[in-house]
Amino acid sequence: MRTEELFQAMAQSVIDGDVDTATDLAKQAIGSGVDPLDAINDGFVRGINYVGEEFSRENMFLPELVLAGEAMKAAIGVLEPQMAKEGTVRQVHGKVVLAAAPGDIHDIGKTLVGTMLSASGFQVFDLGVDVPIARVVEKAREVGADIVGVSALLTTTMVGQQEVIEALQATGLRSKVKVMVGGAPVTPEWAEQIGADGFGQDAVQAVTIARRLVGLEV
Amino acid sequence: MQPKLELLDAELVRRILDEAHQLLSEHGVKVQTSEARDLLAGAGAKVDDEVVRIPEAVVAAALETVPRRFSLHDRSGEPIVSYGGDAVHFDPGSSCVHVLDPETLEHKPSTAADLARIVKITEMLPQLDAQSTAVVCNEIPKEIGDLYRLYVVLLYSAKPIVTGAFSVKTLQAMIDMLAVFAGGREALAARPQAVFDVCPSPPLVWSEFGAENLIELARASVPAEMVSMPLAGAAAPVTLLGSVVQHAAESLGGIAIHQLAQPGAPIVWGGAPAIFDMRKGTTPMGAIETAMIDASYAQVGKSLDLPTHAYLGASDAKIVDAQAGLESGVSAVVGALAGINMISGAGMLDFLACQSPEKLVVDAEAIAMAKRLVDGVQVRTETLATQMFADIGFRGDFLKQKITKELFATEQHIPSKVIDRDSMRGWQQSGSLDTWSRSRERARQLLEEYQPPQHDPAKVTELRTMVERLAQGAGMDRLPEPA
Repeated sequence: MRTEELFQAMAQSVIDGDVDTATDLAKQAIGSGVDPLDAINDGFVRGINYVGEEFSRENMFLPELVLAGEAMKAAIGVLEPQMAKEGTVRQVHGKVVLAAAPGDIHDIGKTLVGTMLSASGFQVFDLGVDVPIARVVEKAREVGADIVGVSALLTTTMVGQQEVIEALQATGLRSKVKVMVGGAPVTPEWAEQIGADGFGQDAVQAVTIARRLVGLEV
Repeated sequence: MQPKLELLDAELVRRILDEAHQLLSEHGVKVQTSEARDLLAGAGAKVDDEVVRIPEAVVAAALETVPRRFSLHDRSGEPIVSYGGDAVHFDPGSSCVHVLDPETLEHKPSTAADLARIVKITEMLPQLDAQSTAVVCNEIPKEIGDLYRLYVVLLYSAKPIVTGAFSVKTLQAMIDMLAVFAGGREALAARPQAVFDVCPSPPLVWSEFGAENLIELARASVPAEMVSMPLAGAAAPVTLLGSVVQHAAESLGGIAIHQLAQPGAPIVWGGAPAIFDMRKGTTPMGAIETAMIDASYAQVGKSLDLPTHAYLGASDAKIVDAQAGLESGVSAVVGALAGINMISGAGMLDFLACQSPEKLVVDAEAIAMAKRLVDGVQVRTETLATQMFADIGFRGDFLKQKITKELFATEQHIPSKVIDRDSMRGWQQSGSLDTWSRSRERARQLLEEYQPPQHDPAKVTELRTMVERLAQGAGMDRLPEPA
């Protein structure tokens, strides 16, 4: 397969949410000596961007977005070790620590945000659900996070977003990280009130916000 | 003949139960408290860490001892709500965190005063058979939040109550509060006045609190209402049937734990499922598929001759608009036709998050329609028609007949002013009001006409003293009165 055809097939495998094909094509790329970084940026990422766009237009839906993310993860799982071997560094736009607020066990949205950010070139550390404030702050410090993202799906757990910001302040980390928040009850007004740096309505918007927060063109 | 809606044939019901047993015995359920696991192990279940594989025989034994029927009584001990069989009742949806401000249309954090208002209106609406702890009182410390809500409901109403506890400690306090009016815990057990909602966590998990709740309620003989909530496509299989199987597995597992704690204690096959909206990631309570899951799991519960419950009659709209009307109305009718004993949801907006007294008043009309529907077409006269034609000839003089005067109010439900049946001119002369405006007027009127229940003052004092002590224990120096 010519490289351009290969890249198109890669994008399509993500659009189709086809983990097996994505994995095969990633291996094929390595076998044919294609630059793994090109495979990611010109192949697979085009697929996830398409799905994200179509999802925003309500032409594609959550199951398709989630499966596209799985296919993306599978491809990166094959290509990243290869890049490490070759000494290529995948340019990381920034490090993002993600967590659902304490007491909140909802993770579908947050996981999608992680997928989209990862696909867009961020390094994501997803701490999962019901994460104690101290743990969020500790992880941010440990990895040198550029962004901390906190999600909350309940009005009762939203306050956790404020508490993360206060804890970052108290530990002297606030000036070093940008904080973005999201989740169904979260509004731009709430984000402003608690001093967050960004608010995203969904996983696709989260990428735009994150890029803006690290100073990239949106 | 009570009209019925059945979505499943007998073969499907059998397959659903079959697979539920398969899930319970092979896949297992997670049970996150050792006391429940020990009960199940003692009966023959296999325990592997927190995962319990429950053999069909254990569930079958539990199903032998579950009461098929029980009643909920009002504060004077009269049986009002029949759980079990096909009697249909409604209560306002519970545990909302917001209330719709009728002036600004904002969703505001709910307070004790809001709860009191909702309780009073519910008490004045004959279509609502029971009260619920409809909203969280945000200004009250979390540790007594659940019992304080119950306190407000007890102060202002006499109807039976659908409620729930947030902790084992407060559960016991709430039972004691109810016992004040019943005349002791034994009397309360003999004539229950409240059911407590208990939720498994989808998929197939009975959390520490959920399982403890089941055990404590069983031992106190206070009815437990399981509220299993499969989220089809996200926290449960995407197919309606797959979600109904998950519901059955969770509920059968719950019954096993409950009956092992106290055989013969009352329990309800209930739920609050929804489909998962694949565009917004929300949980639409007004979706027809949601109602179909409810009707289907209710049918499964009825095949086991169990009391049933569901969350229907709610809407995902944010204001009391046409969507609110149609979603609540359609789903209330589905629930009634499914013969569900307690249908929770009236008054709710925004996916069960927001309560609205004005919406409650509108929903009461839909409930009246639903109840009239399941009352069915009845034979009220010796001949269906021929006797009534005796002196009519060919004149439309039925209005003059004595039988018309005798039967019209039985045959026809008379709606409140919230439903406009006026002529165009009459409607204009009354101000050309829409449903929302009419509902605001009626809510105001009901509050004005509200009469507090005739409680024994000694019991009210006893209750107040008890709750004061509990409030002090939570660090409050005085007990807030709901106003």
